[in-house]
Parts: sequence; C-alpha cells; structure tokens
Amino acid sequence: MKEAFDVAIVGAGPAGTSAACILAGAGVKTILFERGEYPGAKNMSGGVLYGQELARVLPDFAERKLPIERNIIESRLWYLSKEGGYNLGYRDAIFATERKHNVFTVGRARFDRWYAEQARQKGVLVVPGTVVVDLLRDGSGRVTGVVTGRAEGEVTAQVTLLADGVNSPLAALTGFRREVKPEHVALAVKEVIDLPAEVVDQRFGVSGGNGVTTEVLGDIVGGMNGVGVLYTNSASISLCIGANLADFATFKLKPYELIEEFKQHPMVAPLIAGGKSLEYVAHWLPEGGYDTIPRLYGDGYLIAGDSAMLFNAPHREGSNLAMASGRMAAETVIEALERGDCSRKSLADYGERMAQSFVLQDMKKYRGFGPFLHHHKEIFNELPRAATFAGREMITVNGVSKREKQKLIFRNARKETSLLKYLKLLWSGWRAVK
Amino acid sequence: MTMKIEDKLFLDRFRVDEESHLRIINGQICMTECKGQPCLYFCPANVYRLEKDYISVNHEGCLECGSCRIACPHLNIEWRFPRGGYGISHKFG
Ligand SMILES: Cc1cc2nc3c(=O)[nH]c(=O)nc-3n(C[C@H](O)[C@H](O)[C@H](O)COP(=O)(O)OP(=O)(O)OC[C@H]3O[C@@H](n4cnc5c(N)ncnc54)[C@H](O)[C@@H]3O)c2cc1C
Ligand code: SF4
Ligand code: SF4
Repeated sequence: MKEAFDVAIVGAGPAGTSAACILAGAGVKTILFERGEYPGAKNMSGGVLYGQELARVLPDFAERKLPIERNIIESRLWYLSKEGGYNLGYRDAIFATERKHNVFTVGRARFDRWYAEQARQKGVLVVPGTVVVDLLRDGSGRVTGVVTGRAEGEVTAQVTLLADGVNSPLAALTGFRREVKPEHVALAVKEVIDLPAEVVDQRFGVSGGNGVTTEVLGDIVGGMNGVGVLYTNSASISLCIGANLADFATFKLKPYELIEEFKQHPMVAPLIAGGKSLEYVAHWLPEGGYDTIPRLYGDGYLIAGDSAMLFNAPHREGSNLAMASGRMAAETVIEALERGDCSRKSLADYGERMAQSFVLQDMKKYRGFGPFLHHHKEIFNELPRAATFAGREMITVNGVSKREKQKLIFRNARKETSLLKYLKLLWSGWRAVK
Repeated sequence: MTMKIEDKLFLDRFRVDEESHLRIINGQICMTECKGQPCLYFCPANVYRLEKDYISVNHEGCLECGSCRIACPHLNIEWRFPRGGYGISHKFG
C-alpha cells in the first residue's frame, strides 16, 4: 500500500478527526488511521462535549445529525463522605435556549464514529481496524510517514499528526513523548446504566432532552486521589470512577470493587435504582498537567490531544482541548504545506498558536493542581468526614444550642486534622488554581 | 447485590485474538522479587490472577487501558495493542 499522502493522522478521536476535517476542508490529501474496528470502538469518557469548540471545526454540526444524548442545563458538584454529602448545583434556563448545546453529553462509540464520518464526507481516507506500530523516518530523523500492522503497510506523508491518545505505546517506542509514569495518569472505569428516558427525566427533574452532570469528590475512592462522575444520557446514566494509577498500585484497591461501592452510595443508589448495567470499560486520563506536555512538534510531525497530555483536571475538560489542538495543528500544517516546508522550524507556529490559546494558558494556570491533590490526601478522607459531621450536627434538631453545635463541629474538625493543616491546605489550594 | 467482575466483562463485546497481546516477560520475578504483586489489584479486568505458583494472564478480557505496562514495578509485562479491529469494541463508550 506504499501510497503518498500530504498528512497521515494516527487516531480517530476528537483530536485526530478535528484535524482531518479541517485539512480535508482545505483540500489536503489526508489519511486517518484508527486501531478500533470503527472510530470510537476503543474510546470512552464521561461523555461531556462542548459545542463551541466543535462548531469551530463543523459550524453546522447541529444539522448533521450529531448523536447527542442530553443537552446539559445543570451542573452539580457533590462532596461525599461514606454515608452522605453536600450537593452544590447550578441550573439555568439559558442553557436550554440561547446557549443550547454549549455543553452536552454523548456516547463516544457513536460520537467518534459520526465525527469520522463527517471527515470522510469531506474527503479524508478513514482507515479503521489498523494499528500504527511505528513511524517512518529518513536519515536525518525526520518523520516521513507511518508503519501499520498490515502487510506492506507503510504510508508516506509530508506530515504525521500523532493524535493517538494518552495510552501510547507508539510514543514509548519512538520517543516522541516519554512513556508516562503511573503518577501522571488516572485510571478510570465506567458503567453505563440503562434506564427509561422518563425515569431519567423524573429523577433529575428535567424534560425535553435536557440533562444534568454531577462531579463527585470526597471519600468515594478509598482515600486515593480520585473522582467520580454521574452524567445523564437519553435513556441511561454514565457512572465513572477513577484515581491516580500510582495510588491504585499502592492502595491495592480494585477498580471494579470501587465502582460497585460507588453504585451503592446513598446519594447514587436511588438515581440508578432498577437500572441494568449495559457496558463496563476502562481508560486513562492524562493527569500530569503542564509539566508533562512533550515537545509539541518536530521535523515532519506534530502531537495533539491526550497524546500531548492535554487535560484540564479541575474542569474535567479534555475533548475540547483535543479538538482545539487538532484544529490548530491542521491550520499550521495547511500553511506549512503551502510554503512547501514541513520542517520543525516551519511547524513551530503550532507551538505559538497553542501558547496563545486557552489550551496552554489553562494548562499553565492549573499547573500546580495535580501535585496539590497528590500531597493533600486529607481532601479524600479526613475532610469529608469532618464536613459530614458538621452537616449532620447543623441539621439535627436535638435541643443542643447552635453555639454549642458550632463548638462541637470545630472540635471534631480539629480532631480530624490540625488547624495548621487546614490553613496549609487552603493556602496551597489557592496557589494551585490562582 | 454486588456485580462481580466476570459479570461486568460479560456485558462487553470482544473479538478475541488467539495470540495474546500481553506477556509476562519473566515469571520468576513475579513469584520471587515482586512485592505485593500490584497487577492483581489495579487491573480493571482482573486479567492477572494468582495461581498456585505463577500468575496467569487472561488476555481475553483486557480493556486495553495500558496500566499494567507502566504500573508493574518491574516493567515485567510486554504490552502491545491487539491487532487492528481485535480486542474490545465499545458499544456506548
Ligand atoms: C473516565 C473519563 C471521563 C472523561 N470525561 C470527559 C468529559 O466529560 N469531557 C471531556 O471533555 N473530556 C473527558 N475526558 C477526556 C477525553 O475523553 C479525552 O481528553 C479525549 O478523548 C482526548 O481525545 P484524543 O483525540 O486526544 O484521544 P482519544 O479520544 O483517546 O483518541 C485517540 C484515538 O487513537 C486511536 N489510536 C491509539 N493508538 C493508535 C495506533 N497506534 N494506531 C491507530 N489508532 C490508534 C485510539 O483507538 C483512539 O480512537 C474523560 C476521559 C476519561 C477517561
Ligand atoms: S506487578 Fe509485574 S512483576 Fe509483579 S506480579 Fe505483576 S507482572 Fe509480575
Ligand atoms: S491493559 Fe489494563 S485491562 Fe489490560 S491487562 Fe493491562 S491493566 Fe488489565
């Protein structure tokens, strides 16, 4: 199959397919490789997507029969202990009208397949069921294409875009990104729980295809640095729980047992009651932050999306960073091809664009967030315990004066951790996100 | 009622390749040098199981997360993706 392309893309996720759409739109001869049986077959996320970024690639996405699960009108944040927890939410009707589809949920198996189909219609050659196992290079080390797992599966290209996601044996092999360390990724598992659409509507107080997202923090991950999410789909609920992989290895907790406990939590159980599990999958998230981003480009190649460790942990944004970086990579490549120069110098514009966009600016802003969580495990055990004690005391009416209750709460909180530790936590938390 | 891992994997769609894409490089290390054998815990698909005197690799249920490749403290696992189109295929994702 020794065929020549302008651009070869590894991976039909949000990053690779966004780039493919833009390139094909500009008439660039593009081939898109995907190892799954179909695009999306290997992918999973909580399922939240952002319309604004998608519209920058496909302005008319709403007319293209995008498989949306639910349009999100409310975001909740839970802080849980073992038996209960706090719920902070914000709902706004504007997200059902003017700002409709600003945030919505999808199932990645369907979405990624649909997205790659849009790229195909624009002229991209989409090749599923094919693993890229190595990169082609010339004598000077410049990347000149890809080697696939198929017989005679070499394809040459002027530029190769690595959009193969966070789990990249290709990176380890070729060294374009160092193999990730366990502390730089989170391992998450997900179950999709089947429920009739009306039941989802009732339980979340929504209708008309609208839905709710819930991010879950606290004592649900056995004291590890981790989070859970609970998102609504049309006729199902997505439940994910994950934690830092290094923590998993030291704490000796099993992901499939963790998700079972999550399902039985008193805040979660009533929402999924009567539902049947449809699927169980696992995936990493890049968690190392700004300091683990590799060099984004070199002679004949660029890196985008999760493969470049782009993930905004505190906001749980990944797919939009993937789309934005894929788009900027494509825009850079179009100009480089026009110049007839795909050297490292010519592709350097990608680094510039990224540095000036929200992608790297947000990554930089939250640079300290990962280490912050890593060093403050009390967020995942002592603190939710103290918070639950406080909540319980304030709500229980038992003849004890409120002033006495405040004293009790304060004393209990001090028992859980020292005052100094709370102050330190506040201080470093502020520094991590300011 | 808790759901066992076998039941969870039963929900998934796999196209299993006869040849395993996962291989323990040196079984000796697992049984003599590896403290705690963490692969028995963190693997979300319970692929690695402790038998009488070795660790078995049940690659058919692998969810392809990559964890064992980097979190085995002895980097004792040879890991590649299943052949194109093989392995798990997410229905919802
Ligand atoms: C549990 C969980 C919840 C998440 N929730 C959210 C969320 O709610 N919102 C959000 O924005 N982000 C979320 N994310 C992050 C988001 O999923 C990723 O940031 C996003 O998918 C990155 O897109 P990508 O295109 O870079 O990589 P991917 O989506 O991983 O795509 C990479 C593609 O490359 C293919 N591939 C890999 N290697 C090869 C190879 N060698 N040859 C051929 N093909 C290859 C893969 O099969 C895959 O299709 C979540 C992630 C997880 C794990
Ligand atoms: S973690 Fe690695 S060395 Fe230890 S038992 Fe598992 S495979 Fe063997
Ligand atoms: S890749 Fe993930 S699911 Fe597969 S064996 Fe390794 S740890 Fe288990």
